[in-house]
Amino acid sequence: MAGKKLPLPEEELMDPGHVGCLGCGGCHAMRYTLKATGPRTIISIPACCWAVMPGVYPNTCFNIPHINTAFEVTAASISGIRAALDARGIEDITVLGWAGDGGTADIGIQALSGMVERGTKAMYIMYDNEAYMNTGIQRSSSTPIGAWTTTTQVGKVRDYKRAPKKNMVEIMVAHGIPYTATANIAWPKDLIAKVKKAMAVDGPSFIHIFAPCPTGWRYPPDRTLEIARMATHAKIFPLYEVENGVYTVKKFKKEASISEYMMMQGRFRHLTQEEIGSISESVVRWYDKLLKFELMTQEE
Amino acid sequence: MSTKKVISGNYTASYASMLCRAEVVPAYPITPQTTIVEKIAEFVASGQMKAQYINVESEHSAMAACISAALTGVRTFTATSAHGLVLMHEMLHWAAGARTPVIMANINRALAPPWNVWADHTDSMSQRDTGWIQIYCSSNQEVLDTLILCYKVCEQPDIMLPAMVNLDAFILSHTSEVVDVPDQKEVDDFLPQFNPEIKLDVDEPLSFGTLAFPSSWYMEWRYKIQHAHDLAAKRLVEEAKAFEKHFGRPWGGLIEEYRSKDAEIILVTMSTIASTTKDVVDSLRDQGRDVGLVRIKSFRPFPTKDLREALGHAKVVGVADRSHTFGNEGPLFTEVKGALYNHDRRPPLVGFTVGIGGRDVLGSTIEGLYDHLEKVADGEAYKEVRWIDLIGDEEEVV
Ligand SMILES: Cc1ncc(C[n+]2csc(CCOP(=O)(O)OP(=O)(O)O)c2C)c(N)n1
Ligand code: SF4
Ligand SMILES: [Mg+2]
Repeated sequence: MAGKKLPLPEEELMDPGHVGCLGCGGCHAMRYTLKATGPRTIISIPACCWAVMPGVYPNTCFNIPHINTAFEVTAASISGIRAALDARGIEDITVLGWAGDGGTADIGIQALSGMVERGTKAMYIMYDNEAYMNTGIQRSSSTPIGAWTTTTQVGKVRDYKRAPKKNMVEIMVAHGIPYTATANIAWPKDLIAKVKKAMAVDGPSFIHIFAPCPTGWRYPPDRTLEIARMATHAKIFPLYEVENGVYTVKKFKKEASISEYMMMQGRFRHLTQEEIGSISESVVRWYDKLLKFELMTQEE
Repeated sequence: MSTKKVISGNYTASYASMLCRAEVVPAYPITPQTTIVEKIAEFVASGQMKAQYINVESEHSAMAACISAALTGVRTFTATSAHGLVLMHEMLHWAAGARTPVIMANINRALAPPWNVWADHTDSMSQRDTGWIQIYCSSNQEVLDTLILCYKVCEQPDIMLPAMVNLDAFILSHTSEVVDVPDQKEVDDFLPQFNPEIKLDVDEPLSFGTLAFPSSWYMEWRYKIQHAHDLAAKRLVEEAKAFEKHFGRPWGGLIEEYRSKDAEIILVTMSTIASTTKDVVDSLRDQGRDVGLVRIKSFRPFPTKDLREALGHAKVVGVADRSHTFGNEGPLFTEVKGALYNHDRRPPLVGFTVGIGGRDVLGSTIEGLYDHLEKVADGEAYKEVRWIDLIGDEEEVV
């Protein structure tokens, strides 16, 4: 890959100077997303790493209008923005809610469900670092099974996260959302294409972006993209989209080992091969199911 | 040309939101507020009112949507009560912190448990420190006029504060009175479109609410909210004069003095209790008793200066609270005492906790308060705070 330039939009709507950690996956996610949306975008961000990352007042790294909102109200906030624009007959603006996994799958799920059910024309992106990182690596419902966090500590009586990761895309499908997809910072072209599709939807859209976090996952910051890539190649984070109920799964020839993926990260290091084996089984089970969904929905 | 309509306090609020051309109305039902948002839905459905009506999934989201819409530069309205208001609590702080002129009608209702849907000020009193302007009404006409006035004042660039207009559950919310409803043009002439200079704008992108450190700006932001309240106290009175000139009807000031200027014994209260008190004052005056009423209309900004002028001459002052701060006393009582403490004339003060959970505050109840205050004026020993009309013996209960 060295020296090869990705054919991405040139425009940078996120200036250098953000205050995220070195190697932050969430930072890539934002940069690519804004390249896709362009400057006629209003962004609302609740409490999360990205509430801090734009900079300290009066600085900001954004070149688009941006509001901070409370942790659990991203979807209500963008509903208000869309309504205000509608009230003034302004149609050519993308309204973007940008929240973490905690702000989406946990505390913000009620407002999100309300917005999607109402059919509000707005894009909601969950950048998923699989824990509450802003407050220092606590478990969220999007934390994967087996992970250590500061609230699922691994001690003498072992207590890593026992519950499986909540699947937000499927929850969105259950709402009958016109467009939802997963994306990964290691596939920027795919990510940008999905954001553009979401923008074109005349209604709500939801994108789940996989955004590794060196600080919380306990790996060196230069391995962010490698880890992101492995997650998808290992089918832990399949890339797929659901357009009006129809599934399309991106297939890869390349495969990666789930065990290797997990062992690269301090948060999984306590797991035995047996435990990883059972996690692997559930990964494969879900991926097979996805392919069946694809077959079934594409046939219809 | 205005029209006289016989409408409930709730419908009055709905009409006011339409006349003020609220552009975004996030709505969520709760007794006894619901008929406000139902009526607005009807106005919108019929095409009479051009507003974006958002059926949010909670009051918390209603307030969040109002704030973001206001920051996008449009006029917003919502209404709530009791549990809806306290659920909004976090967002109420946010609305003031973000300096959004969100206007809301709140129907003052008791909080559970036990469930109780009747008049009580605990819901809004417990939002005292959120940075909202709080006005308490005692007639449906006042509801309409206050809502118009609040939009006018709150949207001014040096104010930019949210305001809560409070109505007593059922006593006002569901009671029909004759209301002079102005026509659209009259309101339009008084209240221009909201067009804030600073807003979410793709042509002039700004970040709102970014992290501010202890060393710089957070404290100054908070100071500016206080400053805006100080300005609002003046502006409400100034704009009330303009309102009177325009609509031919007085709104008055932050307090209302009723036969109190020459009275030795004054009762301070708010909302509909004050309406009952006026009748009692009239009949006691007829009996030659030296009583008067001061009604607090604006609880935030708090009318400290006005109260000093209105109460300094009294021999004794009673404060009737329709809520209670557990572990202490009625919140209005605390505030009135606080206002007078640094004044050179400081009459003795007695606090009455009355009408909790909608218990009737009858003329006879108020008369009892005046009887009590007269005894205090005569030098009888008194308890600083009393719960009034408790079932059973007060001493036993307390
Ligand atoms: C009502 C409320 N509860 C708790 C918090 C504290 N808080 C701020 S950010 C955060 C975690 C955010 O997690 P996530 O949404 O996953 O975003 P991340 O920080 O991981 O990017 C928490 C718990 C808050 N701001 N508001
Ligand atoms: S903690 Fe993780 S998600 Fe947050 S800024 Fe650092 S690397 Fe990014
Ligand atoms: Mg997170």
